[in-house]
Amino acid sequence: MEFDSEMLQQLGLKALFALLMVSAVMTMAGYSVLAERKVSAWMQGRVGPNRTVLPFVEHIPFIGPFLKGLGIFQPLADGLKFLFKEEIVPGHVNKVYYYMAPLVALVPALTTMTVLPFGEYFDEAGNSSPLILANLEVGILFIFAVSSLGVYGIVLAGWSSNSKYPFLGGIRSSAQMISYELAMGLSLLPIFLWVSVPGSEDSALSLVGIVNSQNDGAWLLIVQPVSALIFLVALFAETNRLPFDMPESETDLVGGFHTEYGSFKFGIFFVAEYAHIVVGSAIFTTIFLGGWHFLPWIADPWPATWIGTLLGIGWFLAKTVCLIFFFIWIRWTIPRFRYDQVMNLGWTKLLPLALVNLIVYVLLVTWLDQPPSVTP
Amino acid sequence: MSGPDLLFYFFATLSLGGGLLMVFSRHPVSAALFMIVSLVGVASLFVLLDAFFLAILQVLVYAGAVMVLFLFIIMLLDVGPSGAKASKVKLLSGVAGLISVGLLVVLLLDLGLGSMDCSECSAENCDACGESAAFAWPEIRDETAANGNSLIFSPSVKAFGFGLLAKYMLPLQVAGFLLLAAMVGVIILSKKSTAEGEG
Amino acid sequence: MAKTVVLERKPLSLSERTYLPQIVTGLKTTFSNMFKEKVTLQYPEEKPQLPQNYRGVPTLVKDPNGREKCVSCQLCEFVCPPKAIRITPGSVPEDEEDREHVEKAPQEFEINMLRCIYCGYCQEVCPEEAIFLLDEYSSSGYTREEMINNKAKLYELGGTLPDKHYKWDKKKDAEEEGNAH
Repeated sequence: MEFDSEMLQQLGLKALFALLMVSAVMTMAGYSVLAERKVSAWMQGRVGPNRTVLPFVEHIPFIGPFLKGLGIFQPLADGLKFLFKEEIVPGHVNKVYYYMAPLVALVPALTTMTVLPFGEYFDEAGNSSPLILANLEVGILFIFAVSSLGVYGIVLAGWSSNSKYPFLGGIRSSAQMISYELAMGLSLLPIFLWVSVPGSEDSALSLVGIVNSQNDGAWLLIVQPVSALIFLVALFAETNRLPFDMPESETDLVGGFHTEYGSFKFGIFFVAEYAHIVVGSAIFTTIFLGGWHFLPWIADPWPATWIGTLLGIGWFLAKTVCLIFFFIWIRWTIPRFRYDQVMNLGWTKLLPLALVNLIVYVLLVTWLDQPPSVTP
Repeated sequence: MSGPDLLFYFFATLSLGGGLLMVFSRHPVSAALFMIVSLVGVASLFVLLDAFFLAILQVLVYAGAVMVLFLFIIMLLDVGPSGAKASKVKLLSGVAGLISVGLLVVLLLDLGLGSMDCSECSAENCDACGESAAFAWPEIRDETAANGNSLIFSPSVKAFGFGLLAKYMLPLQVAGFLLLAAMVGVIILSKKSTAEGEG
Repeated sequence: MAKTVVLERKPLSLSERTYLPQIVTGLKTTFSNMFKEKVTLQYPEEKPQLPQNYRGVPTLVKDPNGREKCVSCQLCEFVCPPKAIRITPGSVPEDEEDREHVEKAPQEFEINMLRCIYCGYCQEVCPEEAIFLLDEYSSSGYTREEMINNKAKLYELGGTLPDKHYKWDKKKDAEEEGNAH
């Protein structure tokens, strides 16, 4: 294989798509920060950020004040603030790892999106192919593998800060990650069993296959509610969201793993956290909520053209945004667990539940998948 | 030199360099991190071989889970550079080193002899036969792999599944049994120490 | 003697032990809260409604005839817990004929707003009802010096209060009519 012009062209195209997708996810991450602030404000009877505005937008009648009231430009201001703040490096940190940690946290959060299908396009014959950066046969495992690397950012940040509270945050994070990854993986096994019926074209480990198996049929959320519940809880734990934000837990660990971080380095941690949420929501949408397909048991109402592609992507994004809202909603409803409660829930509740769920579905799928001569 | 070759050399350097730095770094945390780098490098090599499944398992199991546990323990026990220096079992580590060097030599010899056996190629293009198409595995389509008839090599997950649960069923079970025994051993050991602590 | 009744705590039911129904109830509560009226005050545009007895920035006031009320007794300076008040006593200016019977007047009167804790003791202790904590609450400045209110500033903030005591006028009348006690 040589680097010929066609290959370079392909590479360039992929890089362009990747850049587009990164910017889309980063924008969504930025705006989920805004959404977090707005929704929390609304739930607490406040109005949230409503002051930031670009000078020329402000003077547009009706639209200007409306956008200002929604705080649309707040993420911009926040980003600029992170950029221009004084960069302080405490004297007692381990410099190399201290600088490395935010990057190690951000890269996995952005890498997981490469195998995430977010829509489909139709060629002239009406055949659909998924919109995806890299259509891996084992996409879901790739996501697990890469997102499990994300914990190193937190652990490194905690350790290199050379200070008590960040260190505790890092330790907690690694323990929590190990505990919940098991339940998460086990909760998905029944999905694979369900999707890969004998003779089916869909590879159960491929996210595209999982999405297409939900086309014009039941969502996997309806078929496998227990799996969905376990996956969701584990997703909260893996993204370090309240009620599982052990590594941060402001009330007992000051700021958790990023206590010693300021300005842009803190900003990277912050964005990485929200990128995790965005990607996590998208993954849940893909696996359990039918991806870009319309409601369960209803075939896609849009035509198989570029309009359908756009509407499908829009529908996928709408579901993802709803899930991001759910993440925020949960955060402002439930108090934080204690550390031992988190461990207890992971090992003694979720893991056995996931195992039982797996066994039940193994039996069920075996019964369902009997050769057609036996079952009517 | 073509692109994939460049990538191969890059990732090979990454994994080998990571491994060497792991052995020679003073601080356990650095050593663990270099080990992660090495593991990820090996995973990338698997990707270059089109073995995505293996690569992902490598990252998922070793880099993602086992090494997190390692780091967790290292940090929890707060092992510093001094702790690494104070290993008293010099003889044991010497013997272990000898054995591993011996294994390496045997492996290299075997590899060298194995490529000598490659009868199709003459001595001068023997170097190239690893890269050339003559040495490539026979292509396997999914449907042939799916019924498990010709399990020579295939990167597909199904082939792995059939291999593990049909052809290599007994080794798999034995390995599982070994792990179970290890787990029971750990439980017994930890129970014993707490009983002593209380007594 | 009242007997303590120990209530048996009922064991949690299965649905209660999963916490899920409780979480759903909580979610409902927070969701319904989203559509309630907001209590936020858009401050610089909207001002808060101050209660009658609000204690704002301490000020000096004049009587309805525009005369200085403070007699520089320095009680407020004495009572002030953070020692924010500094009075330099002086005599009543010669040109104020209707106040010539008043013995003293402040030559300078300073309240350091960086120290003031708005306790209102000065207002309480003032025998002349000359110092009031009015409804001014936002004071700001760029330097420490700016935050020390001098006499002119204090009178500017305080203005005139419509009280009808005219204590010193009564004293003057009494002196002139000869029934001073």
